[in-house]
Amino acid sequence: MRLTLANFKDFQNRLAQKAQAKDGLRLIVGLGTCGVAAGGREVLAALEAELGRRGLRADIARVGCIGLCEAEVLVDVERDGERWSYGNMTPDRVPRLVEEEVVGGRRVEDWLVGLVGTPERPYPGLQFYAKQRRVVLKNCGFIDPENIEDYIAHGGYSALVKALSAMSREEIIAEVKRSGLRGRGGAGFPTGLKWEFTAGAPGDKKYVVCNGDEGDPGAFMDRSVMEGDPHSVIEGMIIAAFAIGADEGYLYVRAEYPLAVARLRLAISQAEDLGILGDGVLGTGFNFHLKIKEGAGAFVCGEETALLASIQGERGMPRPRPPFPAIQGLWGKPTNINNVETYANVPTIILGGGDAFAAVGTERSKGTKVFALTGKIARTGLPEVPMGLTLRELIFEVGGGIKEGRGFKAVQIGGPSGGCLPESLLDTPIEYDSLTQAGAMMGSGGLVVLDDRTCMVDLARFFLNFVQSESCGKCVPCREGTRRMLEMLVRFTRGEGRPGDLERLEELAQVVKESSLCGLGQTAPNPVLTTLRYFREEYEAHVLHRRCPAGVCRALCAFYIDPSRCKGCGKCLDACASGAISGVRKEPHVIDPARCIRCGACEAACAFGAVLTGSPDEAPAGEASPNPAASAAAAPGDRSPRRGGESRG
Amino acid sequence: MRGEPVEDSGKLGALLDRYRGQPGALIPLLQDIQREMGYLPRPALEEAARALGLPAVKVYGVATFYAQFHLKPRGRHVCRVCLGTACHVRGGERILSRVSADLGIAPGDTTPDRAFTLERVACLGACGLSPAMMVDDQTFGRLTPDKASRLLRRFAREAPDGGGGGGRTAE
Repeated sequence: MRLTLANFKDFQNRLAQKAQAKDGLRLIVGLGTCGVAAGGREVLAALEAELGRRGLRADIARVGCIGLCEAEVLVDVERDGERWSYGNMTPDRVPRLVEEEVVGGRRVEDWLVGLVGTPERPYPGLQFYAKQRRVVLKNCGFIDPENIEDYIAHGGYSALVKALSAMSREEIIAEVKRSGLRGRGGAGFPTGLKWEFTAGAPGDKKYVVCNGDEGDPGAFMDRSVMEGDPHSVIEGMIIAAFAIGADEGYLYVRAEYPLAVARLRLAISQAEDLGILGDGVLGTGFNFHLKIKEGAGAFVCGEETALLASIQGERGMPRPRPPFPAIQGLWGKPTNINNVETYANVPTIILGGGDAFAAVGTERSKGTKVFALTGKIARTGLPEVPMGLTLRELIFEVGGGIKEGRGFKAVQIGGPSGGCLPESLLDTPIEYDSLTQAGAMMGSGGLVVLDDRTCMVDLARFFLNFVQSESCGKCVPCREGTRRMLEMLVRFTRGEGRPGDLERLEELAQVVKESSLCGLGQTAPNPVLTTLRYFREEYEAHVLHRRCPAGVCRALCAFYIDPSRCKGCGKCLDACASGAISGVRKEPHVIDPARCIRCGACEAACAFGAVLTGSPDEAPAGEASPNPAASAAAAPGDRSPRRGGESRG
Repeated sequence: MRGEPVEDSGKLGALLDRYRGQPGALIPLLQDIQREMGYLPRPALEEAARALGLPAVKVYGVATFYAQFHLKPRGRHVCRVCLGTACHVRGGERILSRVSADLGIAPGDTTPDRAFTLERVACLGACGLSPAMMVDDQTFGRLTPDKASRLLRRFAREAPDGGGGGGRTAE
């Protein structure tokens, strides 16, 4: 069937009624990449097998990520409109769930996550959702991303119908401008303004492009949207294409997201079948063809001019701007390029109006932002919060604070382009400008929480290593500058820092920031600059005192064995090539710091997590390790301590 | 078939025909060739250059720019251990050293029997379940070194391209 502006509403109403009338039993399995990675497919198979074995019939729905990564795999049971969610499901748990909940109709309290509410407020009982406001993610976890009818039944493509039937191109752009929407990919350029530039650029042939090259380590917001609600992105792109006068579009998705590619591909073909994409969109004279381009593994392709070069089949190297893509983009034609989350906001803006959208957020940052909350945080997941919420609220109220009750040290926001902010800046509101002012940036929304066992010098080295290997090599400051910075940081972590290094590092970082060609190089020094600014004493400890206070940098810390965890199995002793470990079987072993070469072999060999590392002055080396000679003398002959590296008697 | 240096000119020819004369299609063409042959053998790169009307050096330039393309044969299974930020702070390095020790190869290498290729990647986007790794098209999370070892043994037993339940999505 082909939809038109005239018959769309009827079609939608029929689907909505059908969805409403669904009584009886429905099982819902979360199968985003997170759900799958946690074993979702195995749980689904076990569920199907168990139902089959009992001869039960139930509708099993597969949905995208609801944002509660910590509790994956999630299986929900919906009966007569009431939906209860069960977390951390495994195939072993399936028979009991079916027995008690499906057959018996009783809650299985042990695994219950909670009652699932509305898409705007998924779990009314969970603190994780209390401060959230779901606009972009509202369908994720609620609709079947592989079924366009489910999207339409939940109000999908209504914004497109409204735009095509009741709005002019100028009105659409004005509405987006009024919403105050800014680019969600990181830089925060006003979306409406970008559309206006592209619409006004001379030329008949124009393109829209979606940047789904989510390459920041620690970020998975765009993946979740593409996997959980692909049509919202497509709808946003069609509206943009209509507004700027484009008839062709590309969705550029990174190679590491096969599930997102598969779901988008399916979504496009379903939209084509219904006449929502292709020639004569919804029976109008507007044509729009959408294609997927899979990335081939290059972080720099997240930069817009590099991304365009990659679509054209070239090496993904950025070029200087201006001219901006809005004037000269794909194949030299005016091109509007936005991020996944930006497009996914568009249908809401068109349907509800720009003013309603702008009512959420702060003066200069409107709407919501999705964050990937990870690292040493109690509740990892994918919260969507109103702009203006403070980092403290996001980390401690939404995220539940630090894992295992450790101390908060820093929050890394914005990925390799962002920075590390300390405790004293936790009251910074989440908005583009305040984060930039603090030395970090909104970035795409990766937020990695670090506890007191994280070494900031090591973390800066980690990011530098990443950007250095991803530098495309076109401009000298980025290609050479990041390499020299990395070399310095590596030396610090090995205890080979020299006086004056910190000043040199700071100066070089500033040069790279100011003189690099594209966003990658211009922001690459941010993790170094912010850690130098907020955690300078930690750098000084490494460079001047050859100490790693967090006990992370191998060369600068001591290995020791926690006597309360050590079972005396002797595995560490066998693994030690330098003969630094001694001990009696079934009694706690000890490491001799003088012989230890800090290779970590004992740590890898220990099955009980008893081998620990710490700053040399904290490791209980003195009292805890008895003098091997003395204990040898005291021990009976057949239980004399063995030493690693010696042959077994 | 994957991972073998097949001289299957029939299939290659069909791929080349699909993109012939479209210089902008270089990346999809290389992706298709690699999907078919497991890697990008030199003769295939030369054929691709001829079909698209591009200088061979340009094709080589693109093939070596992107991390996804490989000029050497690959293992039947590709194991990618994630070392993104979240995995880094939650022990991804330990997973990598275990996998590397189990397979007896360094990241970037392929086992002599071509069963596995080991890679380190910057982020799989499964940060909520870190540490994570991907074997072929399947992502596994909340790993411990022992869990990673068990997974490798499972894949070693399995026939390539089958039975893993991977890729059961839209297609």
